[in-house]
Amino acid sequence: MEMLEFVVPALNVKAILPQAILSLTALTVLLVGVSSPHNKKTSSLGYLSLVGVVVALISTLMINGARESAYNGMVLMDGFSSFITLIVCIVTLLTILSSINYQRFFPRLNCGEYYCLLLFAAVGMSFMGSAGNLLMIFLALETMSISIYVLAGFKSDEAQSIESAMKYFLLGAFASGFLLFGFALVYGCTGTMDLVKISAFLTAHPEVIHSKMLMGGVALMTVGFGFKVAMFPFHMWTPDVYEGAPTSITGFMATGVKAAAFAALLRVFFVALGHLQADWTGIMWLLAFLTMTIGNVVALSQTNIKRMLAYSSIAHAGYLLVGFVAGSKLGQSGILFYLLSYAFTNLGAFGVIALLGRDGGEYTSLDDFAGLGFKYPLMGLAMAVFMFSMAGIPPASGFMGKFYLFSSAMKAGFIWLAIFGVINSVISLYYYLRVVVVMYFKEVERDVVMPKPSAAVVVGLVIAAIGVLQMGIFPSYFWDMARQSVQAMLM
Amino acid sequence: MFDKVWLIPIFPIIGVLINGLLGRRIENINKSIIHWIACGAVALSFIVTCILFFQMLGLPADQRLYEFTWFDWISGGVLHTYVAYQIDPLSMLMCLFVTGVGFLIHVYSIGYMETEEGRYYRFFTYLNLFMFSMINLVLANNYLLLFLGWEGVGLCSYLLIGFWFSEEANAIAGKKAFITNRIGDFGFIIGLLLLYTSLGEHGIWTLRFSEVFTHVHLLSPQVATAICLLLFVGCTAKSAQIPLYVWLPDAMAGPTPVSALIHAATMVTSGVYMIARSNILYSMSPFAMGVVATFGALTALFAASIGLVQNDIKKVLAYSTVSQLGYMFLGLGVGAYAAGMFHVLTHAFFKALLFLGAGSVIHSMHHGLHKIHSHVDAQDMRNMGGLKSKTPITYVTFLIATLAISGIPGFSGFFSKDEILWQAYSSPHGHFILWLIGAVAAGMTAFYMFRLVFMTFFNECRAPEGAEEHLHESPKTMTVPLMVLAFLAAVGGYLGVPHALGGSNRFERYLEPVMGLGPEKLLHKAGGAVAQGAHAAAEAVHGAVGHAAAAVHEAGMGHMAEAAHHAAEHGSMFAEYLLMGISVAIALVGIFLAYTMYIKKRDIPEKLANSYPFLYRLLLNKWYVDELYELTVIKPLHGFSVLLWKGVDVAIVDGIVNGVARIIGWFSGVIRYIQSGYVQSYAVSVVLGTVVLLVYYIIKAIS
Repeated sequence: MEMLEFVVPALNVKAILPQAILSLTALTVLLVGVSSPHNKKTSSLGYLSLVGVVVALISTLMINGARESAYNGMVLMDGFSSFITLIVCIVTLLTILSSINYQRFFPRLNCGEYYCLLLFAAVGMSFMGSAGNLLMIFLALETMSISIYVLAGFKSDEAQSIESAMKYFLLGAFASGFLLFGFALVYGCTGTMDLVKISAFLTAHPEVIHSKMLMGGVALMTVGFGFKVAMFPFHMWTPDVYEGAPTSITGFMATGVKAAAFAALLRVFFVALGHLQADWTGIMWLLAFLTMTIGNVVALSQTNIKRMLAYSSIAHAGYLLVGFVAGSKLGQSGILFYLLSYAFTNLGAFGVIALLGRDGGEYTSLDDFAGLGFKYPLMGLAMAVFMFSMAGIPPASGFMGKFYLFSSAMKAGFIWLAIFGVINSVISLYYYLRVVVVMYFKEVERDVVMPKPSAAVVVGLVIAAIGVLQMGIFPSYFWDMARQSVQAMLM
Repeated sequence: MFDKVWLIPIFPIIGVLINGLLGRRIENINKSIIHWIACGAVALSFIVTCILFFQMLGLPADQRLYEFTWFDWISGGVLHTYVAYQIDPLSMLMCLFVTGVGFLIHVYSIGYMETEEGRYYRFFTYLNLFMFSMINLVLANNYLLLFLGWEGVGLCSYLLIGFWFSEEANAIAGKKAFITNRIGDFGFIIGLLLLYTSLGEHGIWTLRFSEVFTHVHLLSPQVATAICLLLFVGCTAKSAQIPLYVWLPDAMAGPTPVSALIHAATMVTSGVYMIARSNILYSMSPFAMGVVATFGALTALFAASIGLVQNDIKKVLAYSTVSQLGYMFLGLGVGAYAAGMFHVLTHAFFKALLFLGAGSVIHSMHHGLHKIHSHVDAQDMRNMGGLKSKTPITYVTFLIATLAISGIPGFSGFFSKDEILWQAYSSPHGHFILWLIGAVAAGMTAFYMFRLVFMTFFNECRAPEGAEEHLHESPKTMTVPLMVLAFLAAVGGYLGVPHALGGSNRFERYLEPVMGLGPEKLLHKAGGAVAQGAHAAAEAVHGAVGHAAAAVHEAGMGHMAEAAHHAAEHGSMFAEYLLMGISVAIALVGIFLAYTMYIKKRDIPEKLANSYPFLYRLLLNKWYVDELYELTVIKPLHGFSVLLWKGVDVAIVDGIVNGVARIIGWFSGVIRYIQSGYVQSYAVSVVLGTVVLLVYYIIKAIS
């Protein structure tokens, strides 16, 4: 059994460049935030963070293509990690653009800590995509999770916000416990935490593969990751937390956390535990089916749009699991493509909802949207585009994403799962299109006034809409990128 | 420079984006910015096209093909499609007149639409979108992109037909165009799929022109015929041929510049372009070519006969367009692809001019009638007359176009129409009957066009009292395009003066690289191969003596063939002159009849109508085709759909759907109840899930 040695690794800045940039920006924002008087310089902190994220994004694109294992295998730099970092940077970018507008009406969010936590959460997410060691995954997961627990409860003057943060924290800690226990069992079986070495050990010792201990470890890890991606039956926290958290954060949680957790899930299950694929496929098939069905069916009866999107996020986790069940390179590429598409779509939708935020409350009931399509035509148009994408109607990106996921399942022989996926998409049409119908075909009922949005959020929404249409109409650029990322995954 | 071809479509789409997104605001600030953007975009496209065109002319004829891949579009499985453009003589020709004529019509629209308030920006956005789609259609290097453009121009067409959608007739006309074109597109897309899969059977998965045409000989004749016919179904809708032409006359409900641009000069010729582009494919199927020629000839005659008695100035021109399109298909069908394309070009000039001239007349009439608050129909020729002196520029230019379309020697229409008629007679695919139909239709054309000119511009003004003094010439933005087009309509024909008239038919030679693999050359190639095979066999069997004999024989045959060829050429020259003379004579008779009936003895038309009421009503009511379709297609379909609706849909489908929806709704409510909000119950759910997972994996481990 390998001893846990203490080795000072060689410093490899390139392997952690985007994360390092994000961390430095986070610290700078924190310091600037402390030194400037509260509530004064309204959006400078946001713009400062924005610069950091953009630089990180550029550095990601520049190092894309390099393959290296750094820090004794703790950090893997390959196309896969670059793609995840790309998604994380885009998610953070759009969240900040939306927050700069949102914070004008919720001054409590306007402080260094807010952006600092956002950036540290991004660091954690990004590391989950590049971690090559179970320990590293756990550290990254906790960095991400703790930042997000705090962000969820950031509106500390609202009981609902605090309640949601508390729930998320308690259940998250609970799930992390399972995950850690799972890691321990795997370590106990194989004697290593390094993903590549675990795989090598199992190849050398096939008798261990079907030991109860390893199987138990896999079960518990499924719980831990399943909690983060909002998989049934570990999804119960999602609606309450999404509803209670500040709207600017909800989209971040739905997309960033999902992307990071799926990244780690793919790495652990396909790199380290690829030998067990035949064993997990059955239960994951069932979970994928239940997750998307439960998510969609319950979303039907929601009247609060944030809650509706929470259930929709559960359903999308189900679609993503379809790609996971397919298990092929095609399925994995499909997951990456879908995660990016979902990031643009969901952040766009939450960005629109956040537009209606103002002092003393928000408009999140579906009835509040009645007639807004004609009252604010551009906002209505943007929301319609995002809803079409969620529902998977061409030419929006959601269609191509589902196309790749379901076709990968068909090719891998899971025809029924693909059929259920399509049926679920049809069910989901109802509640997504209801938003559009309410916006355009209902008379204005309430006196909903949208404060004039700042330029930042408009830019953010335009980016999201362009992303959705670009990925839907010309999917090949990102699709090729996703395929190459999966091909270039360090094994 | 060829790799800058993407600039051509990019300008109009930029125009669409600016005017489409910000148009409403720009219009509030200053209306003229909108048309500056729209016209400027098309002008830039035209300039780029010209540059590329002349660059291409600088190359030797066999190198005039350049394909430019802009970006990957769809790639999945065996299907790889690119947004890729092709520069060759055919695409450049189309692109030149599409952007050129398009630009003139854009400029004209400034004057025509000046009174439009609030939707001015929308009009120019649609026009630019149309230009973008049309450019994609003609520049595409594969069938899929062509189809995209094909649908795009269709979309713009419906939008613009129904532009004044608040009037019900216009909205209905838009719907009619939409439905008719759906039928055609159905055929078209099935044809494409058949082409794609049947080439795929030979391992060639492609829709790229250059690849398709080099491998098309792999297809069996039956499959080639099926593909050609299916594609032609698409053409009958888009290019308004029997039996799907019915939408085009109604499409005149749209603004007149639209009629000129889309429903006369460019979009409706895209079917002709498509077949000319696919000439190698069509050459494989003499049957399909026969069908194309027959439908073309019949349409030419049929539509011309309807045009004889119509009183709405735009309706006459609409049926004339249908008829002229028939000529083009006749040309294609007899294998004279270049002649067909030549007519596309000259027709674009003179028909755009006719429509714009008619628009100018209508504009003037509207103005006059508006002044005296009269509600008389401004498009009815019975209310016009004597406009010659009121609108002199319009009159002169209109007359030039009329001379051109009637086939008077010297004007553009003469050269192209005559080339088609001659080929219809002389080509191996042609027939005397086809020529005869074409010639009779030409006489009708001359008659109805001059009838239109006489009724509109000559005699006394029949407009209501007081309107006459308010009739005046249209603004400069409208008359200048008229003059430019008049010049082109007059001289455009000299591009392709036939050999018989001492020319060298430069037009045909220009298109040769694209039509290069025409039937003759293919036959020639095949013949060569056979001869070679026979030659080798002869050598093997008969040895050296046999070889020598064969060589002598071959040489003799060669001389004889040459002599025969010369003789044939002389004979055909004479025949060509003769036919040319006859068709001109027929046209002159048509003009003379029109002159007699509408200038000299103006009571004749009424007398004729009274003595042959049946024939007159038949023509006036357009052979009752609309009524026939109503009775045979629409009524039964409507009845059937009512049956489906009341019987099947409401009773069975709705029952099931509502039932399922109710069950799902109930289920949704139940689960919602479980979502209590208590952390403890959530934790219980996590634990239960964990237990199930653990049990599952432990069972897996044990088994």
